[in-house]
Amino acid sequence: MHYSFTSEQAQFRDVIRRFLGAQSPTVAVRQTMGSARGWEPALWQRLNDDLGLAGIHVPEALGGSGFGHQELGIACEELGRALACVPYLSSAVLATQALRHGATPDEQAALLPRLASGRATATLAWMEGPHWSGCEDIALGARRDGDTWRLDGCKRYVVDGITADHVVVVARDDGRDDDASIGLYLVDGEASGLRRRALASIDETRRLAELDFDGVTAQRLGHPGSGAAALARTLDDAAVALAHELAGAAQALLEASVEYARLRMQFGRPIGSFQAIKHKCANLLLELELAKAAVYFAAAAREAGDADSAALASQAKAQASEAALACAREAIQIHGGIGFTWDQDTHLWFKRATCAAVLLGDAAWHRERFLALTEVAA
Amino acid sequence: MSDIDERAVRAEVRAWLEAHWDPQRDLVAWRGMLADSGWGVPHWPRAWFGRDLPVALCGAIEAEFEAVGAVGVARIGIRMLAAATLLEHGTDAHKARFLRRILTGEDTWCQLFSEPGSGSDLAGATTRADFDGAQWTVNGQKLWTTSAHHAEWGLLLARTDWDVPKHQGLSYFVIDMTQPGVTVQPVKQMNGYASFNQVFFDDARVPPENLVGAVGAGWQVAMTTLAHERRNADALRRWGEASTRAGRIYDEERAEIANVMAPYTWYPQRTGRVDLALKRARETGRLADPALRQELARLLMLSRSSEWLAQRARTAREAGRPEGPEGSLGKLAASHVARQAAAVHTAISGADAMLAGADGPLDGLIAEILLSVPATSIAGGTDEIQLNIIAERVLGLPREPRLDGGPFRDVPRNPER
Repeated sequence: MHYSFTSEQAQFRDVIRRFLGAQSPTVAVRQTMGSARGWEPALWQRLNDDLGLAGIHVPEALGGSGFGHQELGIACEELGRALACVPYLSSAVLATQALRHGATPDEQAALLPRLASGRATATLAWMEGPHWSGCEDIALGARRDGDTWRLDGCKRYVVDGITADHVVVVARDDGRDDDASIGLYLVDGEASGLRRRALASIDETRRLAELDFDGVTAQRLGHPGSGAAALARTLDDAAVALAHELAGAAQALLEASVEYARLRMQFGRPIGSFQAIKHKCANLLLELELAKAAVYFAAAAREAGDADSAALASQAKAQASEAALACAREAIQIHGGIGFTWDQDTHLWFKRATCAAVLLGDAAWHRERFLALTEVAA
Repeated sequence: MSDIDERAVRAEVRAWLEAHWDPQRDLVAWRGMLADSGWGVPHWPRAWFGRDLPVALCGAIEAEFEAVGAVGVARIGIRMLAAATLLEHGTDAHKARFLRRILTGEDTWCQLFSEPGSGSDLAGATTRADFDGAQWTVNGQKLWTTSAHHAEWGLLLARTDWDVPKHQGLSYFVIDMTQPGVTVQPVKQMNGYASFNQVFFDDARVPPENLVGAVGAGWQVAMTTLAHERRNADALRRWGEASTRAGRIYDEERAEIANVMAPYTWYPQRTGRVDLALKRARETGRLADPALRQELARLLMLSRSSEWLAQRARTAREAGRPEGPEGSLGKLAASHVARQAAAVHTAISGADAMLAGADGPLDGLIAEILLSVPATSIAGGTDEIQLNIIAERVLGLPREPRLDGGPFRDVPRNPER
């Protein structure tokens, strides 16, 4: 297997980078993160009208461009680099992949074209408590009510949960505790009995919400018993996508640090000429390049449907999380006092890295999962 | 050159091998035939034992050799660094005198660059060569010289001018290692092996015709040698394995390889032997320890992503693209892998990690790993030098102000031993 990029892929990256450079500079990011909604509908629409980003990996028959995990990864990496405030991870990755893996063809045809065009947004609600060990953590119950289902319970850490037009909810058939009782349910964002409360997040560029379900009407998706497997595949896809985003954020942090170290003069010379600083930067580059190798390899493995792609997803998320955290920590250190100020942009990426490193499982969690999967394979 | 047909070349070498290859031949005689026919080093110039073929075709030609079990020219050791340097900077007389015996394996070479006082700062060499109008006289000491104890020739970097900046005062020589003024002593390492030597020069002689390149141009010539060193490390892995076939010529080749490879027996251990970690953790029952599991996962991830990084460098090199920063990054990554592996092996072994030899885990192998790993972050350029290279050449950070720019005579340096 290889993970080098074709010239078309390199071009695709270039187009997104230029677009975001012009449309989502940090001034705009700061403006959007202070807004009530937290993301910018105009930017979202242009991303989709001009570049087709939300549907990049969705089959053409469902309104997308029919590309794969590597193109999805490139999009995520560039969005992370620019820190663009758009509901990409929630709608284009989590909800879209959940529907791809867990919904019937008819259900997909009914919803995916609108998500792929960006006309509607959706999200996935799976977490309830602060830790995630698997489907056994899901308590939110689904009960049949004539032709539909009703949901009762609470979901937390729902990405863009306040603004999503649709919510894919992971729930359990009442009174059962096996994985076969796990299902995906589609809920309208404005459904009655659904109470949505914004959670104050460290990272203001990506909003989190708590959703309370009190007898909310829901449509059950997919075939009975398929929910747990669909969720597992979705979370792995999302881990690889988020790992790309972290790599992009880390790259932005490292470049800003190097640029600053080149210009900042102390003791009559640029601080970047001191080995204490240059070795720091070189070590960050090494950690980032190693993480990127894992991230790109993981995307290629998912595209190829390799047997070890779940282990690779965990490896990618673990390494990208740690690389981004290291770059964030050291970027502030290299910038010195100015790096701790609100006006300097470093903290925006620091906050993104801090939250994205935790979302979908932190590095230690993924290391354990990686080893468990590797152990079985070896 | 690019339109040379691989099939035609394969047919030609196959026919030549059919006509000439015989495992009962004498090794040196056979390699002489290879040198004279150009099939031993087909990518070398036609004038000097090659066939002017593109490097890209060498793999196909080697495959034809392998198909009939034909032995190739002598390739392992420093000899190919010497050959590459002489091809680029040597006179025709040098090429005529040395190249053929390099290929036949009759001559062994060593590299005399590092000194006790100049390790990372190679250009600070103080071994001196003085010209009296008839010949050069060499005095000083070199260190870390692999194979010096059985080398016929050495590639010597020596100071010939003390009044110019240090890079400009060096010259490059081929020195006869068998003369009385040259003394070779093994250096015992912390892991018990003695893979390297120190070499003392006491009024050793070099005739003027053994100067390579101009007087004062030694640094540039040495750069050529070093540029080939990484590729040579690849070749060591590739050519360092002896054939198991029966026949006189194979016996001779096996003996040669055993001799050249002897200093490297502990080299696998200095990488940390990641391959043993998971298996041993399971066998010792330590795999249930959550703390160990975290460290083991870190190790396996690091090792795998380093491999992928190296793959990217190889792909770039094979496609003829510049290698990029991956070379220095890969070297640095290897240090991290080795250190993490040593930590994991220690954690798996518990108190047994204190024991060596027959009392130690895996009959002393774990102890050998723990005592060999420190070489990884030093040999071939320390981690700190790699970090400087990455920071300056890849990230574009400014160079450190230097204090060694003036005449070398005035540059502060280590006391003479």
